[in-house]
Amino acid sequence: MAQEYKLILKHADESGYTPDIECYLRHGGYNDLKKALAFQTKTLADGKTQSPQEQLRQEVMTSNLRGRGGAGFSCGLKWSFVDRKSGKPIYLICNADESEPGTFKDRQIIHKDPHQLIEGMIISCYANDVKLAYIYIRGEMPEGAKILNQALKEARAKNFLGKNILGTGYDLEIYVHRGAGAYICGEETGLIESLEGKRPYPRIKPPYFPAVLGLWMCPTIVNNVETLCNVKHIVGMGGLEFAKLGTPNNTGTRIVSLSGHVKRPGYYEIEVGKATLRELLYDKNFGGGLREGRQLKAIIPGGSSSKVLKAGEKFKLKKKDAEGKEILVETDMLDLPYDFDSLAQAGTMSGSSAIIVMDDSVDIVNALANLSEFYAHESCGQCTPCREGSLWMNKTLHRLTHGEGRAQDAEYLVKIADNIPGGRTICAFGEACSWPVQSFVAKFKDEFIAKGAADEERHSKEVTGHN
Amino acid sequence: MSTAATTEIKPALTAIEHIKVKVDGREIEVPRLIADWSGKLTPTTMIQACELAKTDVPHYCWHPKLPVVGNCRMCLVEFGTPALGPDRKPVFNPDGTPKIAKSPRPAISCATPISPGMEIYTKTPAVKQMREGVLESLLINHPLDCPICDQAGECKLQEYSVDYGQSSSRFVETKVHKPKAVDLGPRIMLDAERCILCTRCIRFTRDIAGDDALGIVNRGSYNTIATFPGIPFDNNYTLNTVDVCPVGALTSKDFRFQMRAWFLKETKSVCTSCATGCNVLIGSREEKIFRYTPRDNDAVNASWMCDAGRLNYKWIARADRLKEVLVRGQKSTWKAALNEISDKLKNAQAGSVAIIASARQTNEELWLISKLKSKLGAISDSIPRVGEADKLLVSADKNPNTNGARITGICFTEMGINLVKISDGIASGKIKTLIVFGENIVKRAVANEKLRERETVSEVVDEHAITAELLAKLDTLIVSDILPNETTKLAHYVLPGCAPAEKRGSFTNGKGRVQKFMKAVEAPGDARAEWEFLHDLVHNVTGQNGFVTIEGLFNQMAKEIPVFMGVTWQALGDTGVTVQI
Repeated sequence: MAQEYKLILKHADESGYTPDIECYLRHGGYNDLKKALAFQTKTLADGKTQSPQEQLRQEVMTSNLRGRGGAGFSCGLKWSFVDRKSGKPIYLICNADESEPGTFKDRQIIHKDPHQLIEGMIISCYANDVKLAYIYIRGEMPEGAKILNQALKEARAKNFLGKNILGTGYDLEIYVHRGAGAYICGEETGLIESLEGKRPYPRIKPPYFPAVLGLWMCPTIVNNVETLCNVKHIVGMGGLEFAKLGTPNNTGTRIVSLSGHVKRPGYYEIEVGKATLRELLYDKNFGGGLREGRQLKAIIPGGSSSKVLKAGEKFKLKKKDAEGKEILVETDMLDLPYDFDSLAQAGTMSGSSAIIVMDDSVDIVNALANLSEFYAHESCGQCTPCREGSLWMNKTLHRLTHGEGRAQDAEYLVKIADNIPGGRTICAFGEACSWPVQSFVAKFKDEFIAKGAADEERHSKEVTGHN
Repeated sequence: MSTAATTEIKPALTAIEHIKVKVDGREIEVPRLIADWSGKLTPTTMIQACELAKTDVPHYCWHPKLPVVGNCRMCLVEFGTPALGPDRKPVFNPDGTPKIAKSPRPAISCATPISPGMEIYTKTPAVKQMREGVLESLLINHPLDCPICDQAGECKLQEYSVDYGQSSSRFVETKVHKPKAVDLGPRIMLDAERCILCTRCIRFTRDIAGDDALGIVNRGSYNTIATFPGIPFDNNYTLNTVDVCPVGALTSKDFRFQMRAWFLKETKSVCTSCATGCNVLIGSREEKIFRYTPRDNDAVNASWMCDAGRLNYKWIARADRLKEVLVRGQKSTWKAALNEISDKLKNAQAGSVAIIASARQTNEELWLISKLKSKLGAISDSIPRVGEADKLLVSADKNPNTNGARITGICFTEMGINLVKISDGIASGKIKTLIVFGENIVKRAVANEKLRERETVSEVVDEHAITAELLAKLDTLIVSDILPNETTKLAHYVLPGCAPAEKRGSFTNGKGRVQKFMKAVEAPGDARAEWEFLHDLVHNVTGQNGFVTIEGLFNQMAKEIPVFMGVTWQALGDTGVTVQI
């Protein structure tokens, strides 16, 4: 039976565990930082030398850590893109703008174990020669900002931050910046614009890749809260050891935010890929099953922007047979291992690892209308397809859920949605707002048509009645 | 002074490496680097390569003179790059051509740099579909009020809808409503519903005019261009936002509802409000001028002009224009007046004639005047106009042809230095005849001359002592001007002249750019282009027979004046030639 594996949340929920530095230190806090700072220049077999920073980055590369923000991009690779020869300062930004509907994992870390994040950040900054870092926290988390500021103060007092950290000569300062309440601020270049004091309009790439032209046009690393926490553990246990957690290419642990129609919604930390969706929904260690008498209807597996999975859907997953040959195995959606690659093979994504469960009490058209309203409200409006398309879909869905639908609206919605994603927009918001529409309508087309047709029929009767 | 004439200074492209790309299957060599909006050499983008390949890529937000933002998504294209094998070496097709790996995602051609061997596809079904999608999106909330929109006829939304759009819309929802007829500032109106949020106006105002006055408020489809509350959009370059606006969102208060764009005749001309000489297009219909818009000239004004210069045309249509030839207050004919003047000048004693010409006159006119000057042994000068300069275009010298006056010998480097000598000469009775062109020389109590309401004030240096009383001492006062003033009132001969928009000619701007301008409208009444009657006068007085066409006149002048050596009227082209001054 699948079990929770608590790495990041090891202590967070222990009774008596408090977010202050003394408690953190009692639990071995900042030892990994000390370990990182103690790395010495190493001479390799080929005679080349490797600086402590290069070794730390190598550990992260070896760990195969993938970003926990949503895209699942290799953290080590991301760091390797940083332009270290520009002569400009390198910045690191912790993306704590956790805004994806259904996601509430970073908040747990910030509220319950802020020093773990700070330690992860200091190590990451040290590994990347960063002298100034920011935590960009969403505006709706005032409590989190307060906790982080307190924690930073404590870390400064203990000389884990500031000038000449622990006598190593390394200087680092971290500031907390609160957003003003916009989903798009979680997009890394939008976040950078916001941090610079502007509207969070995501930047065009090329040329504005953060690793080269980020904050203040300097090389910048933007990492998710959970990702940065993982860096601490990678240093603690070593990259190779970390890579043994989870499954190959899907290493480490993930905190899953489970919400919706399960008995035990909440956050659960698992080894990546070591639990299936079925286990996460039904095991008593996790969701504990659906409400009595209800059937599963759909799962949104990775935050509201990921494509929906319909109950009973089957996918062909690549697997290796006993002889190591690659074979395709038909897999029920519930038997998908919860990791990056399996969900990608099922045409969706594990995104920010937020699972939203919907049982048969859900009106799927209403559910999509709800999501669509969110995306129409949150589109920054910079580029055409998303700005106009997101509101258009929302208006259509509003009509469809308020008795003004048409049978053709299912087709109509997909056609609108098809004009938005696939590189037509500046940032991934285009995908985020159109994927739910595309997938909901594709998988529950009958319900959309039925709803529109019912409205049409009622209207035609009303018209006849007047005659 | 050197006689070398140069055309526009371009970076030596030969020094820049050229790379081969294919646009819709056609191979073209393009420079690896091209000057960006700020003039800095940056990697050539796909849209620039397509432009060099003469392939149209529709675009709204991209403007060659503005920073790239890539927000309209109209210029999306598909592309491919040479495929590389696992060994990072190029892979070849069986026929030996490089194998091209087509990108699974499209790219905005305005911001994507080209690379060697890249293939750009602008005509694929996917590109067609993406353009249709963007246009449909832009139109769903657009009011479609073309019949009452000033931009109609020169609107990119109209043009691209015809070229790349669909014939009907699927949209059945309610449109977003936004503010209309918003008074953004003294010269600009905004219709936010027509706006496609390309942000060209914001970028022009921030990055070119240096005024962070415009921004966007609200979110998503409700985004709206706005100024800061209570702060009007009012710098000297606001009207350029109307030019860069691809749709009818920003309109000029001066031009809106005055004339349909397609009725306007466009004439290439030059602004005369200062020594910069911004290239303009005069939009006129039936001998009436409706607007000036800037014309591209990278050597002078890029694509911009100031609001003051742009609106400085109303005086041309003033009802009190000088329209009649007057001899001692009586209406006369050109022939009679010119004969009388010619006789007087022919009999004038050497040194008894003075000439005050204007640095608002053309090179050709000043050159003809200089002919008279040398024949008559006359003393001459013109009147300086000095005002404030700015960092972008406006020059402190408010005369459009100060250098022309200097080159033709009408004035010294320091203009106005002879005025005292002229007034002394009149006072002493030595100077008996004064010829004045285009200047009100009577000393005024106020040394300011307002070009027009609310706009730039140019100051006339008023150190001379020429008064009405002094002018009364003259035997003969010959005045040519466009508008009546104190000097024309005192004149024995009034010769009505033309505004630059009513004639042809050339100016030499503050930096030595010789630029020609064309005739947009007819002059009123008997008014005649100065160079025409000056030619007659010079012929009568000196016996020299010059040229009766402006081309011939210019070319003759260029032969005689070293600074213009080698330049011809034809060589001036649309954007002029820079000479060493």
